[in-house]
Amino acid sequence: MSMPLFASPEQLMREKSEIARKGIARGRSVVVLKYAGGVLFVAEIPAKSTLRKVSELYDRIGFAAAGRYSEFEGLRRGGIRHAELWGFAYDRRDVSARQLANVYAQSLGQIFTEQLKPFEVELCVAEVGASAEQDQMFRLTYDGSIVDESRYMVMGGNVDPIVAALKESYSEGLELSAAVGVAVRALSKSNTPGNASSNGNGGGLLTAENLEVAVLDRTRLDRAHSRRAFRRISGEALTALLPTDEPPAAEEAPPATDK
Amino acid sequence: MENTFSRQGVGTGLPAAYLSAASLSFSDFLRSQAPDLLPGARAAELNNQAALADVPHGTTIVAVTYQGGVLLAGDRRATSGNLIAQRDMEKVYVTDDYSAVGIAGTAGLAIEMVRLYTVELAYYEKIEGVPLSLDGKANKLATTVRENLTMAMNGLAVVPLFVGYDVDADSPRGRIVSYDVVGGRYEERAGFHAVGSGSLFARSALKKLYDPDGDQDAAVRWAVEALYDASEDDTATGGPDIHRRIFPSVITITGADGAVRLPEEQTSAVAEAVVADRSQRPRG
Repeated sequence: MSMPLFASPEQLMREKSEIARKGIARGRSVVVLKYAGGVLFVAEIPAKSTLRKVSELYDRIGFAAAGRYSEFEGLRRGGIRHAELWGFAYDRRDVSARQLANVYAQSLGQIFTEQLKPFEVELCVAEVGASAEQDQMFRLTYDGSIVDESRYMVMGGNVDPIVAALKESYSEGLELSAAVGVAVRALSKSNTPGNASSNGNGGGLLTAENLEVAVLDRTRLDRAHSRRAFRRISGEALTALLPTDEPPAAEEAPPATDK
Repeated sequence: MENTFSRQGVGTGLPAAYLSAASLSFSDFLRSQAPDLLPGARAAELNNQAALADVPHGTTIVAVTYQGGVLLAGDRRATSGNLIAQRDMEKVYVTDDYSAVGIAGTAGLAIEMVRLYTVELAYYEKIEGVPLSLDGKANKLATTVRENLTMAMNGLAVVPLFVGYDVDADSPRGRIVSYDVVGGRYEERAGFHAVGSGSLFARSALKKLYDPDGDQDAAVRWAVEALYDASEDDTATGGPDIHRRIFPSVITITGADGAVRLPEEQTSAVAEAVVADRSQRPRG
């Protein structure tokens, strides 16, 4: 851990930030957005990959990450351990996304200032509440910054075209299929090397095998035998939700027609 | 133990043990980070045997397999010596989508044990990305019981009864696994089993009633009948309490619906039917 004596703290921070930003931008993107029934996670993945970017943290809390897998996987385990320990010591209701986001922010901040190499990750911690107003979504960046996002967020890869697409197409209170449509259309706008060209549909929409989709579903909280809101959507259930437009139509059709 | 739970607040980052890739079970993790939270953490301090007799005990649990599923049912009484400690205690618990555990023995320890076990199953599923196999779940419960051995030897025994639906088997079916106080694990292939103080009577009743081709409604009826028989001959087992509206609790597990606690309207209807029939034939 010997630091070169001539580097100013400012310069060190700048260089660390650059390492982290480059690392995160190299990957594929993840979109997280609020919809009428809770929170939707949509991640672009290499075809048929089983390495998860989205996962369940706790009963009502989900986790999504972009960047270096080994690093966010450690953070994911840490979050599960923290949440389960907290819920076991007190009560399951006492675990909140806000608290987990704080713990992550502290961890990432500590790593960013103390370690030579920062974590090249960006995280989302989201929680589904009893009503849409109580849904929460936190963005955590490599330096420990924390943002309470109100509508949607995009992490990793080529973010700008996706954000631009969401800005136009997103509206509050979307139904699940419409929300999936908005997210998948936006993700398909990204020019991540190898996405559209490698899945063989010539710049069209991403297909089920390149997508990892999960929801924090409010309706599952009402069911007597399940307190866990997190649900993965894959296979036929996912195909049924995906937008079906031909590639050129996707450019023009407003997503509202999907509803 | 540099970063124990008591020192870790929300204001600090996650300690290294939290981020480690080691696949520890949740109880292993508790043992390293917050040993005081483990059930039976104070076993060494047991030295007053007389006081232990008055700790509330839970009583009879029955399990029955049927076509397409398995069920677990328990009476609601907890006793403390000759007194009724609680009339409406819950002794059967859904532990994950396809398993449930019923408890007999020292209630305080048993409830804590089931709580830890439930966390354990969900924890494994989340960390590893896949749920435990049914045999894995049954073995994990055996370990949990074994960890209570010191307490059991001091008179605070806990005996669980595990039921689960094996969705991964070649021919999916409901299974029953029983345990002894030292953590011995026994698969019950007869199709029914009972544990707890009234188990002798409940099992005898099931022996006469049980039919492997029965459906869920029939199995629920047998379970309630068996608990009724147990309550008639064992003072520690509570029968259906029509006046207070306290009825046996039943959890069914099927491949389609998973583990579901039957709503009270259903259990009360069955219990009231059993009580009505018995009033016609009070000698059983």
